[in-house]
Amino acid sequence: MRFQKARLKGAARFAFSVALTYLGLLAVTFFIGRVVPVDPVLAITGDRATEEQMARVRTELGLDQPLLTQFCVYLGKVAQGDFGNSVLTSNPVLEDIRRVFPATLELATVGIIIGVLMGVPLGVWAAVRRGRFADQLVRVMGLVGYSVPIFWLGLMGLVLFYAKLGWVSGPGRIDIAFEYSVTPVTGLMLVDTAIAGEWAAFRSALSHLALPGLLLGYFSLAYISRMTRSFMLKELGQEYIVAARAKGISEARIIWRHALRNAAVPLVTVIALSYAGLLEGSVLTETVFAWPGLGQYITNSLQNADMNAVLGGTLVVGSIFIALNLLSDLLYRSLDPRTR
Amino acid sequence: MSSLHLWLMSERPASRRQAALGRAYAGWRNFARNRLALLGLVIVLALVVIAALAPWIAPYAPDVGDLMTTRLLPPSSAHLFGTDDQGRDILSRLLHGSRITLFVVTLVALLAAPIGLLVGTLAGYCGGWVDAALMRVTDIFLAFPRLILALAFVAALGPGIENAVLAIAITSWPPYARIARAETLTIRQADFISAVQLIGASPWRIVLRHIMPLCLPSVIVRVTLDMAGIILTAAGLGFLGLGAQPPMPEWGAMIAAGRAYVLDQWWVAAGPGLAIFIVSLAFNLLGDGLRDALDPKGSP
Repeated sequence: MRFQKARLKGAARFAFSVALTYLGLLAVTFFIGRVVPVDPVLAITGDRATEEQMARVRTELGLDQPLLTQFCVYLGKVAQGDFGNSVLTSNPVLEDIRRVFPATLELATVGIIIGVLMGVPLGVWAAVRRGRFADQLVRVMGLVGYSVPIFWLGLMGLVLFYAKLGWVSGPGRIDIAFEYSVTPVTGLMLVDTAIAGEWAAFRSALSHLALPGLLLGYFSLAYISRMTRSFMLKELGQEYIVAARAKGISEARIIWRHALRNAAVPLVTVIALSYAGLLEGSVLTETVFAWPGLGQYITNSLQNADMNAVLGGTLVVGSIFIALNLLSDLLYRSLDPRTR
Repeated sequence: MSSLHLWLMSERPASRRQAALGRAYAGWRNFARNRLALLGLVIVLALVVIAALAPWIAPYAPDVGDLMTTRLLPPSSAHLFGTDDQGRDILSRLLHGSRITLFVVTLVALLAAPIGLLVGTLAGYCGGWVDAALMRVTDIFLAFPRLILALAFVAALGPGIENAVLAIAITSWPPYARIARAETLTIRQADFISAVQLIGASPWRIVLRHIMPLCLPSVIVRVTLDMAGIILTAAGLGFLGLGAQPPMPEWGAMIAAGRAYVLDQWWVAAGPGLAIFIVSLAFNLLGDGLRDALDPKGSP
């Protein structure tokens, strides 16, 4: 009974902190929108408007209200999914984001799958061979990943694998020949072409996705392998490993079943965070690869001072961050019996 | 030499100065054992020297080129890194660009580290609702996507190197606050803090003079480890056209300028990217080494 109560209290505190974080995010985007040196009234009326016209627009926008009232109005609008209209596309921002988001999701998902499938085994390998060649190799791979500018590596990759070697396709999601023949169902190019059975289009999409996908995969690999190594080292030093060895269990089983299973608990958080990082990192990658996703939408809007779109995009990415944080916390709780 | 070594490593230092020097010497020996960290230090020092001497060692002027004869030349003995679309020598621009990189890194560290230190030590020392409130704000900032937030800040403030620095600083202080708070919590219980409290030192004096100096090493290590991230973020902002504006030889902006020619004249973008890579790698190596030297058990 007391146990239940404590759990309920924990859940309530958790929900409260999530709500507060989200409120903080909204406050920051609202603040950024307010400190814009460009006067939003001036942007609408133009500089030849009279005083009365400007005053009227100011009233219409609610800019004559106290800040707190404005903030509440802003909260109400965001709650209804109203981020305002984009100046650039003149569509509602949310509609734009819904259109471009699948492209980013596809790219980041491919990236994280590559990152996990390669990063975790590499990290385990480095931990088992601590201080030997394999460990150094994984360390160098990680260090390079931490230090290299992602957009530059993308550009150089394009030069080498697209222009010089011709192994992959260039910028964009798919060849122009297929651009309009694919009917968007999910918005994920690979899935859509596979559903339609258009295998030529599927191959084209895959060839466009390969380079940016591998690039993002490498970046998450750098982080995931490093963290896997450190978690594994911690587990391999525990006494239960000694006990398992004494029982005569094979080394492979000890590493993959006993140690990795325990290391997997904190690893879930790492993977969730690097997934969020990939969604964010897409801003630079998408610019390089002309990938029509959320990142490119935000940068395009930035360059055209389209603040509604920028803040809408920031809010969406921020929400995904908070949601992934929440998810990893919940997974952590359900995977680690000690937190129950 | 060996008598100096013995004097420095003495178990019973005769003066404060000997003790302090001895500690620094032991720390240095610990640090210097790590060859890669030493390499990082050398590169960072080289960067400082290059930035200081840029106008004298650069073979050409960084912002004027000869559009008639030296446009988009491949690397050669006259132009080691080639020339860009304005006919400017890329090596000269890289050398001058090191000043901007150092400027950004130093300023962000000087802005963000004190904020983090102050927030963290105050939260840790005061406890109670001050702690709860400050840490809540820190957590909120930690949960944000840093690059996107910096982008939005720069979009609001207007592009430019100063605004980029400000935006990066605003988004990078929370980890320092976390570290400083954790350190403060362990120091707060120490006897010498009770002693200065009994003497009648004010809370401000205790936090500023007695707690903060002790938090400094771990914050410095973290700042060094973050330097690479700061350089990459600044370069990213420059690449998107939101950081330093042309014709400033900022490395990220130089990559952006080379992007248009990358398929045929790859060297325009290759040089600046290599420079960013080497410098952030150096900071990563240096940070790793510092962390291992100061806290041998904390290293993964």
